[in-house]
Amino acid sequence: MAQTVAPPEAAERVPPLRRRQRQLPWPLNIYQTAVGKKYVMAVTGVGLLGFVIVHMIGNLHLYEGPSQINEYAEALRDLGGHLVPRTLILWVMRIGLIAMFGLHIHSAWSLKEISRRSSPKANWVSGNKRYPGGQDYVAVNFASRTMRWTGPIIGLYVLFHLADLTWGWWLGGDYIRGDVYHNVVESLSSIPVAIIYIVANVALSVHIYHGMWSAFQTLGVNNPRFNHLRRGLATVIAGAILVGNLSFPIMVQAGLVA
Amino acid sequence: MSAGSGGGSAGSGNGRSGNGHQVMLRLKLRIWRQAGPDEPGGFLDVDAEGIPADCSFLEMLDIVNERLITDDIEPITFAHDCREGICGTCGVMINGRPHGPEKATATCQLHMRKFRDGDEITIEPFRAASFPVVKDLMVDRRAFDRIIESGGFISAPTGTAPDANEIPVPKDVADFAMDAAACIGCGACVAACPNSAAQLFTAAKLGHLNVLPQGQPERWRRAEAMVETMESFFGSCTNHGECTEACPKEISLDFIAVLNRDYLKAKVKNRRLASQT
Repeated sequence: MAQTVAPPEAAERVPPLRRRQRQLPWPLNIYQTAVGKKYVMAVTGVGLLGFVIVHMIGNLHLYEGPSQINEYAEALRDLGGHLVPRTLILWVMRIGLIAMFGLHIHSAWSLKEISRRSSPKANWVSGNKRYPGGQDYVAVNFASRTMRWTGPIIGLYVLFHLADLTWGWWLGGDYIRGDVYHNVVESLSSIPVAIIYIVANVALSVHIYHGMWSAFQTLGVNNPRFNHLRRGLATVIAGAILVGNLSFPIMVQAGLVA
Repeated sequence: MSAGSGGGSAGSGNGRSGNGHQVMLRLKLRIWRQAGPDEPGGFLDVDAEGIPADCSFLEMLDIVNERLITDDIEPITFAHDCREGICGTCGVMINGRPHGPEKATATCQLHMRKFRDGDEITIEPFRAASFPVVKDLMVDRRAFDRIIESGGFISAPTGTAPDANEIPVPKDVADFAMDAAACIGCGACVAACPNSAAQLFTAAKLGHLNVLPQGQPERWRRAEAMVETMESFFGSCTNHGECTEACPKEISLDFIAVLNRDYLKAKVKNRRLASQT
């Protein structure tokens, strides 16, 4: 390693870009560091991925017909049966999801800012540096380069999706609370809406493709025996989500679900 | 880090093709020129003719500098030292890649025969906010020294020399540590990283010391201190993997996973240690 011959004068030193803030009590101090934020992003990402997988599989009830998917939606509201008040467990899960979304977005934003401030001529959205002479990338892929673009797309899509099928803002009189099958078909048969769903779900799968592999790395899940499987697993899961989620707008548009 | 403005050995003329003729290249160079850290920089176009194909990239710059001196132009400043790929002093962006197009090759070990006659080569310094340009192609990498200072050491008893093999080290652990210790601290990982993160450098230093028995006493303090010093200077890793590709010593991305694991363990363990005092 390159050696510094004489101890540098304090003024000549390269100053740190950021100083440590006052330490919060453990374990909050872990979140004050970049690697700690990465852990939070990975853990919440895995949680959100679990939701996406279950949501996609649950939606496949659509293909069984109106009564089955409506029954499934009712079962979600009735989780816990008569032991707990109706929709209590659903709300607990929803609050958990909102918390995970919040932490995922906050950690992503703060880490992007750290990278942006560490990089000369950085792009404001991606936080990535730019070389005046251009950079020739070798290892980055489309998914890893666009994480900070696909993320906001997914965030906006989630709001759209809630407004569309949970709150029924656009369907107006056509929105029937509790009739999931009717609402889905009514909404997805509009071409612009179907396009939004398709674009957003492609972004989601691209995000998951890099995010899932990245989570292994961030969580320190590293063992020479199964390292080569990590990419494959991320590809299979992202692919399954892509196929499953894209099938809904496509099948409705094709008139196979009506 | 030694500054070099030209000097060194100019193309020695050993580059000969099979039939005894020296292969000469004509190159169009675009070289970054910057007078000082706060001065604006820009590219200088240099037509470099008669560059022996067998000289190294740094020797090519030496030849260019000698000609610039003859023409009364200030030579290009670039950092170099051992010129055998082990000191980590040299390193520039060559056509948008740290240390140029060859895999596992430092700038000094890159030979001009890897380029073709008539090629245009863009040369600029490694860039990161914590790697300020000193002059032209030379950057100040002392932020790395700060990371090393914060934990890149072990405590060893002084006095009589210990018996050889007194501390057994399993072969696979020694190999793992050696793979990490191959890091020469050149900064190519930071230069390649779109986030300007120094994860690979820090992970190599941690991976080297944290697995060996000699590194155990400071293991958790080291993991916490080096990572947090790194974070005060550099960006945040997003697992692109660009660093490993740029690394002249091919340090594996797996070390970053080990860094992440050790850092979280350290955050838990150091709390316990602190509560005991």
